[in-house]
Order: sequence, then structure tokens, then C-alpha cells
Amino acid sequence: MTDTKPKAVRRLGDVVFANLAFFAGVSILATLATVAAFLFAQSVPAFTGPPIDAASEGFFSYVLPFVFGTVYASVIGLAIATPLAVGIALYISHFANRRFAQVLGYAVDLLAAIPSVVYGLWGILVLAPFLSPTFNWLNANLGWIPMFAGQVSATGRTMLTVGIVLAIMVLPIMAALIREIFLQTPRLHEEAALALGATRWEMIKMAVLPFGRPGIISAAMLGLGRALGETMAVAMVLSPAAVVSFAVLTSTNSNTIAANIALQFPEAGGNYTNLLIATGLVLFAITMVVNMIARWVISRRAEFSGAN
Amino acid sequence: MTTQLNSSFRGTQDLPKWLSPTLLVSFFLASFGLQVLIASDSDSAAINFIPVAIFGLLGFTVAIYVISRVIEGVRKATDRLVTIMVSTAFSLALIPLLSLAYTVVTKGVARFDAEFFTFSMRNVVGEGGGALHAIIGTVEITGIATLISVPIGIMAAIYLVEYGRGTVARLVTFFVDVMTGVPSIVAGLFAYALFVIFFGPGVRMGLGGAIALSLLMIPVVIRATEEMLKIVPNELREAAYALGVPKWLTVLKVVLPTSLAGIATGIMIAIARVIGETAPLLLIAGFTASMNYNPLNERMMTLPVFVYTSYANQGVDMQAYLDRAWAGALTLMLIVMVLNLVARLISKYFSPKG
Repeated sequence: MTDTKPKAVRRLGDVVFANLAFFAGVSILATLATVAAFLFAQSVPAFTGPPIDAASEGFFSYVLPFVFGTVYASVIGLAIATPLAVGIALYISHFANRRFAQVLGYAVDLLAAIPSVVYGLWGILVLAPFLSPTFNWLNANLGWIPMFAGQVSATGRTMLTVGIVLAIMVLPIMAALIREIFLQTPRLHEEAALALGATRWEMIKMAVLPFGRPGIISAAMLGLGRALGETMAVAMVLSPAAVVSFAVLTSTNSNTIAANIALQFPEAGGNYTNLLIATGLVLFAITMVVNMIARWVISRRAEFSGAN
Repeated sequence: MTTQLNSSFRGTQDLPKWLSPTLLVSFFLASFGLQVLIASDSDSAAINFIPVAIFGLLGFTVAIYVISRVIEGVRKATDRLVTIMVSTAFSLALIPLLSLAYTVVTKGVARFDAEFFTFSMRNVVGEGGGALHAIIGTVEITGIATLISVPIGIMAAIYLVEYGRGTVARLVTFFVDVMTGVPSIVAGLFAYALFVIFFGPGVRMGLGGAIALSLLMIPVVIRATEEMLKIVPNELREAAYALGVPKWLTVLKVVLPTSLAGIATGIMIAIARVIGETAPLLLIAGFTASMNYNPLNERMMTLPVFVYTSYANQGVDMQAYLDRAWAGALTLMLIVMVLNLVARLISKYFSPKG
């Protein structure tokens, strides 16, 4: 804009302000780089220092169960949340009437704002006891599926409960993102489908879903990023163990990286702290990759950029 | 209507409007009755509502699908099926919201009293005590985090919208998005890793919590401000330039005031997002039972951590600790809701008209 002018006067205010803005922008890059650098620097003593009791068999065998638990819990959460989020988004964007939909949208947004520690409290004191009989039933009747096998936890503090809590937590964010994308479906496509005599579902199948598919994928990835990093709800609900286990109903569950840090850090000393920071670095790397893929999917289709 | 079921009329009739609600109610009643029978049979008095809902819904869905398929044809039947599924998904999502709100309010009011807001937990074992120290800590830490993030966030957004061109701007945009996804616990570890350099291992400090929170807050502020700056019409900027106003004054006196309401809304929502963060504060601000007004010195309690530690470190008198945890959760939820409400009101009443 300014360079179209013949020869602009360089005002001091302009220079200062432009530089301030530039440095604020670049500080974002610097901050992220610093985060990675400092975490890395603090991780090093875990490898060079004296051996740590908790990780006597080396760092990778220490962190592996947590990586597994993190991914497993998030995948369970996502498997529950994605179809529901698409359903909620469709309901708000295409089924509910307009006034009602606005109120509903607000209610869903409010769910997103509830602190995770409240979800944790609710998960452990309300949801877990509530689900416990269902777990017994699942185990008795579907116990031949490896997921539901094993000794059922008496408290309900299991991987499946955590998955459900995570699903509830990422649901509002995913639903809001997907709803925005569904609302951007070109009206003409929808009206053309309806004019040809399509029912509402056929219109959605022909016009809305194909248009929204990349958006659904990226919303799911962003939800995954959230679920991977969720700490307090997992730390409070899960009854943890350092094992790799696919069973979702027992009381020995693979803990997640974030929850393990939250549980161990306050009491940790010496280079055990550094070990925990190293696991945090692993978590940081995993979420960065997931988020970058999600953002890349979004940015590939510029039309969806308004959905952020 | 059942008289016209010969093949030539197949798929031409509409179901009467009253049919589907009637069926829904009757199937749920039938399913409930069945459960009552089973429960009285197996002499376990409690009725499990999960099977009631599942069987009621399944029966209703199958019935509506079959009837609609016979009378209205397969396309409308599928449409009805999908409508039921979508509505079910939505109601399923509302159940946890309602349950959560109900639980927090009913269990939170027990200790939602004057003592809760005027006492700390110092020397309190068992009943009594309050969360004043945690509320002070939350206000100070969130306040400092806001003071750090708002200027940086707004300036970065101004850079992206008004100045940024080329590779650097694209990189910043991309990494702001990535930064939104940084797990909160990593932010806490970062603050610890940063402070350990200056203060040695085992450092706990309120300021560290503020640093961690601002790391989470900055991208939210940038996003919100960016969206608001983008919708300021270009004509306003051009009018200012045409009058000979320098660019920086145009931004400060024309663009920012126009979008101020939106930015304020964004900041409110950003505060609401970070005020409930627990994990980073647990790591770097730590927890304590005493008042601490100084964010530069020692441990500082915050409300989310208060909720967590009340639950995690229950004393002998368990109920007193749980009551305090719920009261803390209620306070936290009220704060978040008020912040969201204020944000909505600001954007409703102060955004430029026309």
C-alpha cells in the first residue's frame, strides 16, 4: 500500500511502530524456538546424569508406556467424539431452527470453556461410578473382545472412562469447527439439490459432506491435538500403571505423558525432574506434528481458513 | 392410512405428524416398564437407565424406519433415520453438560459461603477454611499473564494484518496456529525450564505461572485480534491516508478503535480459557495453604490447583475436602461464565453499528 506512493516521507513514528509490530510477530517464532530449546536443554541431564530409579532400564522403555497411553486414550476419545461432533454440527447447521440453533451453539461453546479440572472432578466422582455397572455388563457379555477382557475395575477409573471424558472435552471444539465449515457450504449447491427433489439427508450427502470433508479431517486432528495434551482430567480419573495394555476396563492402565508429569512433578527432585521434562519434550513433538498436519490440511484448502 | 398400502400407492403417503412423538414416548415407556420388570425379578432395586434409553431409542428407530419405509418409501425412511441419529448425537452431547452443571451447582453450594471467600487454608485441618489465598493467586497470576499477552498479541496481530507480507508473515501465521495446540503442561514445563536457569532447581513462583499462561494466551489473543482487524473496512484506512495521516496513527486512531469491542471480547475469552488452566500452575506455581501476595516469592495457590489438591490430598475428614473442591469448581465455573457473558455483552453493545 505505502510503496505505491511516489516517495514517502519516513516518519519516526512509522518506523518505530512498524518495527514494534514486526518484533511482536517474530517473537512468536522466537518463543516457540525457545520453548523447544529450553525443554531440550533441561532434558539433557536426564541422559547424562546419574541413573534414575524410575527409569532404570533407560529413557525409552520408561517413556514408551506413556506414549502408548497418550495415543490410546486420545484415539478412544476421538473415535467417540468424531461421529458425535459431525452429528452435533449437522444438527445445529441444518436441522435445528435458526433461533434455537444459536442458543445451542452458545451452549456448546460454553462446554468448551469449562476448565479441565472441573471435568476431572466430575469424571471421577460422577461419571466413573455411573459407568461402572455398564463396564461389568460389557465385561460379562463382550469379554471375548480383548479390549473388554480382564478383571473389571471396581472404581470405574479406567481407560474407557478417560476416553469418554476426553471425548466430552474435545467435542465442543470439534463441533464448533465442523459447524462453521458446514455453514460455509455454498447455498446454491444445497438449493440445487433440494430443487431436484432430494430429501434433507440426500442434500447433506451430496452437497454438505463432500464440501466439509477436509474440514472434518482437520477438526478431528485438532481434537486429537487437544486430547493428546490433556492433563488434569486424565490425572484425576485414570488409575495408572506403567504398562502397555489394550484392556480398557481394568485398573491397570497405561498412563499418559501429561498426566504422569502432573502426578510426579510436584514431588520430583534431582534429575528425575529432567527426566519428566524429557517426556514433556516427547509430548511437545507429538502434538506439534499432529497440529502441523491439521493446519496443513486446512491451509491446503484456503476456503476453510475462516474456520479457525 | 393403512388402507392404501397396495403397491401403486407405496411411497406416496406422508406419515401423520403426531405419529413420531407418540411412538417415541410409548417406546421409552415400554422400555422403562421392561427394566422395572427385570429389576423386580432379579431383586436389585436400582433401575439402570442406560438400557432404558438404548432399548427405547432402538425400538423407536426401528419402528419409525419400518413404518416410513412401507408408507413413505426408502428415501424418506433414510432421511428419518438420519434425523433421528443426528438428534441423538446432539442430545447425547447435552447430557454431560447438564449433568456437569447440575453436579457442580448442587455439590458446590454446600461450602459456597462467606468463609470460603474470606479465609485461607492455613492451619485448617478438616472442616472450615476457604480459598481466599487461591483466589488472590488466580487474580494476580492471570492478571500478569494478561498484561504480558495483550500487548504482544495485539502488536503481533497488527503486524500480520497491517504490515506482514511474504515468508515471515506466513511463517508467523502458521506457527501461531501451531502454538494454539501447545499442551498446557508443556507450557508449565517451559516456564520451569526457564526459571531454573535463574533460580536453581525446584523453583516455584507465581510469576512462572504467569509466563506459562501467557504462552497459552498469546495465540488466542492474536487470532481474535487478527479476525477483528481484518473486518475493518479498507475504506477507513484509505480515507485516513488521503487526509495525510501517517500509517501508525491510522492504525492507532482509526483501525484499533473501530475493532476495540471485538478485541476486548477476544481478550475476555482468552482470559476465560487460561483462568481454568491447572497443569502448568501445578508445576511452576505449586501449591500452598497460606496467603501469598508476592508473585516473585515462593509458592502461590491458584483456584484450579486448589480444586485439584483438595481432591487429591484429602484429609481424614474426606467430605470437608470434597466440599471445598466442589465449591472451588463452582467459583471457577461462575468466573468463566461471567467472563464469557461479559465478552458477549461487549461485542453486542460496543461494536460499531452500520
